[in-house]
Amino acid sequence: MIAFDYSSVNSISAAWEAKLKFPNAEFIAGGTNLVDLMKKGVTSPGKVIDISHLPLKSITEEKNGLRIGALATNADVAEHPTVRTKFPLLRMAILAGASVQLRNMATVGGNIMQRTRCPYFYDTAMPCNKRNPGSGCGAIDGYNRMHAVFGFSDSCIAVHPSDMCVALAALDTIVNTEGKKGKRQILITQFHRLPEKNPEKDTVLLADELIASVFIPENKFNKSYYLKIRDRQSFAFALVSVAVALHVEQGVITDSRLAMGGVAPKPWRLYTSEKLLNGKKITPELFREAGEEAMRDASAFKHNAFKIPLGKKAVTEALKRAVESSF
Amino acid sequence: MIMSNAASSSKQKHTGRRLFIKKAVALTALSASPPLLIKAGEQDEFISSFFEKKDVNLNINGKTYSLSIEPRTTLLDLLREQLGLTGTKKGCDHGQCGCCTVHIEGKPVYSCLVLAVMQEGKKITTIEGLAQNENLHPVQKAFLKHDGFQCGFCTPGQIMNAVACVKNEEISTYDQIKEFMSGNLCRCGAYPNIIDAIMDVKKQGGAL
Ligand SMILES: Cc1cc2nc3c(=O)[nH]c(=O)nc-3n(C[C@H](O)[C@H](O)[C@H](O)COP(=O)(O)OP(=O)(O)OC[C@H]3O[C@@H](n4cnc5c(N)ncnc54)[C@H](O)[C@@H]3O)c2cc1C
Ligand code: SF4
Ligand code: FES
Ligand code: FES
Repeated sequence: MIAFDYSSVNSISAAWEAKLKFPNAEFIAGGTNLVDLMKKGVTSPGKVIDISHLPLKSITEEKNGLRIGALATNADVAEHPTVRTKFPLLRMAILAGASVQLRNMATVGGNIMQRTRCPYFYDTAMPCNKRNPGSGCGAIDGYNRMHAVFGFSDSCIAVHPSDMCVALAALDTIVNTEGKKGKRQILITQFHRLPEKNPEKDTVLLADELIASVFIPENKFNKSYYLKIRDRQSFAFALVSVAVALHVEQGVITDSRLAMGGVAPKPWRLYTSEKLLNGKKITPELFREAGEEAMRDASAFKHNAFKIPLGKKAVTEALKRAVESSF
Repeated sequence: MIMSNAASSSKQKHTGRRLFIKKAVALTALSASPPLLIKAGEQDEFISSFFEKKDVNLNINGKTYSLSIEPRTTLLDLLREQLGLTGTKKGCDHGQCGCCTVHIEGKPVYSCLVLAVMQEGKKITTIEGLAQNENLHPVQKAFLKHDGFQCGFCTPGQIMNAVACVKNEEISTYDQIKEFMSGNLCRCGAYPNIIDAIMDVKKQGGAL
């Protein structure tokens, strides 16, 4: 790991002021992604700004929803009583990710900001437009089994690895940021950006901004499920994952939210499948159609074509499990 | 306010160029002359002494250590290389195997991804801190009784996470234990015996 300067900040404004002053600085929260990237030489900030002491750890129920501080750990969120009762989908998605030890360290802000796990991004001997803009993309003509089937560009076909964000996308979460420009509220589905011609920029967060909290609006969904398909039963990133939240009344879906992970550079909402489901009576055929619809615009590379049929089945299965669930 | 030590950062400004030259000389010497390479260990320490260090107080196994460390030092490397607490193992060094599991404030974490400098004042427990006097922790005893290891390399990490597992009252079935322990890999495949050991301690009422 290349040596860096370290400082710790104790207010939100001190955090973004420090970032403004040192353009090659990085915030550190739980460290589970940044330390790994620094060890590999993928990232080598001149300064690391420790934000772990900021008062952003609380999880509070507000009038219209739940506010979660950016420094709340993934474990704290999953175990929180309100998350268990009112946002079980979020709990399920978090518990499907990483391991006990990582969830004790990983924060909500860090999870949203985590970088892709594309192996070429991690291998500094390989070309990668995300790590080294203009160097090319190792994955497009390389081994691209884990890569995107939606939202990619000629410059980058990587996927966003988070499970938590897929649930947040289904729950219409708002990301609250702070920086020199003041406070901003950004919908999670608009927070991560598509690679287009500049894949080095993962999100719309400005250089000096930090995430202060996320806000999940109250909802009336009474059925939900997070289905994660991976190479081993536990402790692996998703090949494909599906978050489902439904409001079901007397066998009819009155409202639905569907999002997918492992398929795109950002958590991928399935708007047209949602539309297809809304107002319909639950039948196995309806869920099969929703799966077909979900993958209609997908297109694959040499090694990841399996994600298209897998995605269809995963959506169908997740819907089935959601209606069988007690929450 | 930035809490970085103002004196040390202004000192760094003034000595930056000299520091660079010293570093460069040391590195060139290291690459150019073979006899020096034999002393690579010493050289590493020599070179690293040029980088800025931070003072930090760590509470490890009930003892307070006042240390001056480089910000890039992971808790794992600090424990093993500087404090001689080699019970905590380095497997992958990338958060993928669990060998380096320690407790911070009672919660299991991977020490290979923790910067030691960020742990000021935190209570850290390693495998060396589990036994009380000469009495092994119930989980340690259960690992012995159930043969919860073969080569033993993953064992300190397994035990540290198992201690958290037996304390967690929501985890009781075989499958729940398996999932809870999935962040600890074992190349020897001692998994069934590890789970038996955990089940056994849970049946005895968990470990305080
Ligand atoms: C072996 C392994 C397996 C994993 N498996 C999974 C998995 O299955 N599913 C999954 O979802 N994740 C998985 N993860 C990823 C893990 O969830 C992330 O590493 C973690 O969430 C990052 O959070 P952190 O607080 O440790 O971030 P850090 O490492 O501290 O920071 C990561 C990045 O976010 C930035 N950042 C942090 N906080 C803020 C903030 N408040 N505002 C602005 N920027 C910020 C940092 O500057 C840095 O660039 C895995 C990780 C490992 C190592
Ligand atoms: S897919 Fe993106 S992250 Fe992977 S090598 Fe190509 S540019 Fe880099
Ligand atoms: S050495 Fe830390 S998880 Fe492998
Ligand atoms: S006992 Fe050998 S790796 Fe687990």
